[in-house]
Amino acid sequence: MDWFPLWNSLRIAAISTILIFFLGIAAAYWIAKLPRLLKGVLDVVLTLPLVLPPTVVGYLLLRVLGPRRIIGAWALEAFGVRLVMVWWSAVFAAVAVAFPLMYRTARGAFESFDETLSQSARTLGLPNVWIFWRIRMPYCRQGILAGTVLAFARALGEYGATSMLAGYTPGKTATVSTAVYQLWQTGNDALAFRWVLVNVAISAVFLLTVNLLEDRQRREGRR
Amino acid sequence: MTLHVDIRKKLGDFHLEAAFDAGAEPLALLGASGCGKSVTLRCIAGILRPDEGRIALDDHVLFDSAARIDLPPQQRGVGYLFQQYALFPNMTVRGNLLAVLRGKPDREAAAADALRRFRLEAVADLRPRQISGGQQQRCALARILLTDPRMILLDEPLSALDSYLKYQLELELAAVMDDFPGPILWVTHDRGEAWRNCPKVCLLENGKSQGVRPMRELFHAPGTESAARLSGCKNFTPAAKEGGLVRLPDWGVTLDPGRPVAEEVRCVGIRSHTVRPAAEGEKNAIPCAVIRVIDDVFEAIILLRPEGAGLDAAPLRMELPKDAWAALRAPERLTVSVAPEDILLLK
Repeated sequence: MDWFPLWNSLRIAAISTILIFFLGIAAAYWIAKLPRLLKGVLDVVLTLPLVLPPTVVGYLLLRVLGPRRIIGAWALEAFGVRLVMVWWSAVFAAVAVAFPLMYRTARGAFESFDETLSQSARTLGLPNVWIFWRIRMPYCRQGILAGTVLAFARALGEYGATSMLAGYTPGKTATVSTAVYQLWQTGNDALAFRWVLVNVAISAVFLLTVNLLEDRQRREGRR
Repeated sequence: MTLHVDIRKKLGDFHLEAAFDAGAEPLALLGASGCGKSVTLRCIAGILRPDEGRIALDDHVLFDSAARIDLPPQQRGVGYLFQQYALFPNMTVRGNLLAVLRGKPDREAAAADALRRFRLEAVADLRPRQISGGQQQRCALARILLTDPRMILLDEPLSALDSYLKYQLELELAAVMDDFPGPILWVTHDRGEAWRNCPKVCLLENGKSQGVRPMRELFHAPGTESAARLSGCKNFTPAAKEGGLVRLPDWGVTLDPGRPVAEEVRCVGIRSHTVRPAAEGEKNAIPCAVIRVIDDVFEAIILLRPEGAGLDAAPLRMELPKDAWAALRAPERLTVSVAPEDILLLK
C-alpha cells in the first residue's frame, strides 16, 4: 500500500492549520475593534466559505489562482510557479474552507475576555504584545484550542475544493479523501475500504487526544 | 505633588465634565452609580481618551488635547486598583508580582520582599481564584506599588465585599495609602468610607464635578440638595426665607436656623437622626401625627406627618434608638424639634 496520500493529507492539514491559526486570531482580534458596519460586512465575507458548498469555494479559488487568472498569472510570471494542480494547491483550498471555524471560535473567545485584565496590565506598564500573548491568549486558550482542532479536522477531511484545485495525481496531489473517491470510482473497492479504515482510525485517535486534553485542562481548572 | 484634571468626554448621551486638583491628601470622588466616576479614572489612567482637556501631574503632562499629548497607560505612572482587582488569573500570586517587574534586575528578590511585606508568602504559589478577597486585595496593592506609581486611583475598592471583610480590608487599605506620598483618588458611592479615609471630597453629579471641598463641609454645610442627598440626608422639603427664619410651606411650619438665611435658599434638609422628641416649650417644635414605624436593626424609624402638612407632602423621617422610642409608648401624635444648627439650608 502506497502511504503517500496519508503523508500528503497530514502535511496539507498541518500547514493549513498553522496558517489558519495566525490568520484566524489576527482577524478575530482586529475585526472586533472595527466600526459596526465594516465589522458586519467583513464578518459575512470571512464566514461565507463555511456555508458555501466546497465546490463553489473551489470554483472561486480557481477564478483567481488559475494560470490565466489575476494571481495565478502573476505568480507564474514573477516566480514561474503554478498555483493549481500541485500538492500545495490543496493548502489554499483547506485554508479557505477551514478558516471560518478558527475565526469564529477565536472571536467568541476574545469577546468573553475580561478587558479589565488588559487595562490593568497596561497601567502596570506591560507592553501590548506581552499582554496579548501572556494574558489574552492564555485566558482564551479553550476557545483558541477548540478552533485550532476544528480547523485541523476540517482541513484533513477537505475534499470538494481540494479535488478542484489540486486534482488527483497519484504520488503527487492525492490525499486520503481524494484517493477514497478515485479508488471507489475505478472499482478498486478493497483499497478504497482500507483507506476508509485509515481515515476512521486517524479521526478516532484525533478525537480521543482532544478529549484527553480537555480532561486535563478541566482538572487543572479545578485545582 | 498635585494632580490637575480638567477634561470633557462624551459617551453616547452621557457628558463628563470633570475638573479638580488632588494633592497629597486622599481625595474622595463621591457620586451615585453612573455619574462618571469610573470614566474619570479611566481617562486619567489613559484607558479612555477624553475629547478635550488636560491631565497633568505637576509639570508632567499626561494628556493635553491642545498640545496633542496623549501618553499611553504604560507611561503614565498611574497605579489603578480595579474594583475586582484584575489579577492575572493564569499566573500565581508570585507570578503576578514577577510579571510587573519584567526586565528589572533582582526581580526575584523584589517579589519575595513584596510577598513578605504584604503577608502573601503562604499563598505565593496559588492562583488568584484560590485565595481570599483580602489576599487578592493585598496582591493587587503589592503589584501596583512594585511599579513605583506616581499616583494611585482606587475604583470602588471595597464595594464587592461583605461588611465584616469590608471593615478589615478598609483598615489595611487605609494603612497602605497612609504611606503613599503621591496623590490618591478614592472613588466610592459610600459616604462613610469617604468620610473615614479622605479629608477632601469632590462630588460628581450626572458627569459634572462640583469642585473640591473639605469633607466636613459636605456633611455640615452641603449647600445643595443633591450634595445633601449624597451625604446621606433623607428629609427634604421646599423652603423660603421669611425674615430671619425659613418658612416650610409643605409642612406648614416656620423654623429658626439660628443664622442668617440667604435669599437663594430653596430647600431645607434635616438628617433623620437629628430629629428629636421636643421638650416642653422648645424652639423649632413641629407637631406631627405618627404615620408609620419601621423596626430597623439598631433603631426605630418613625415616619411623621407634620400637622400643617398637605396629604402629598413628603413625610418627616426620624431615627431614634429603640429604647428611646419604646419609652414614648407608641404615641399617635408627637411633637418633634430640630436644633438650629441641624437645619441644612440648601439651594
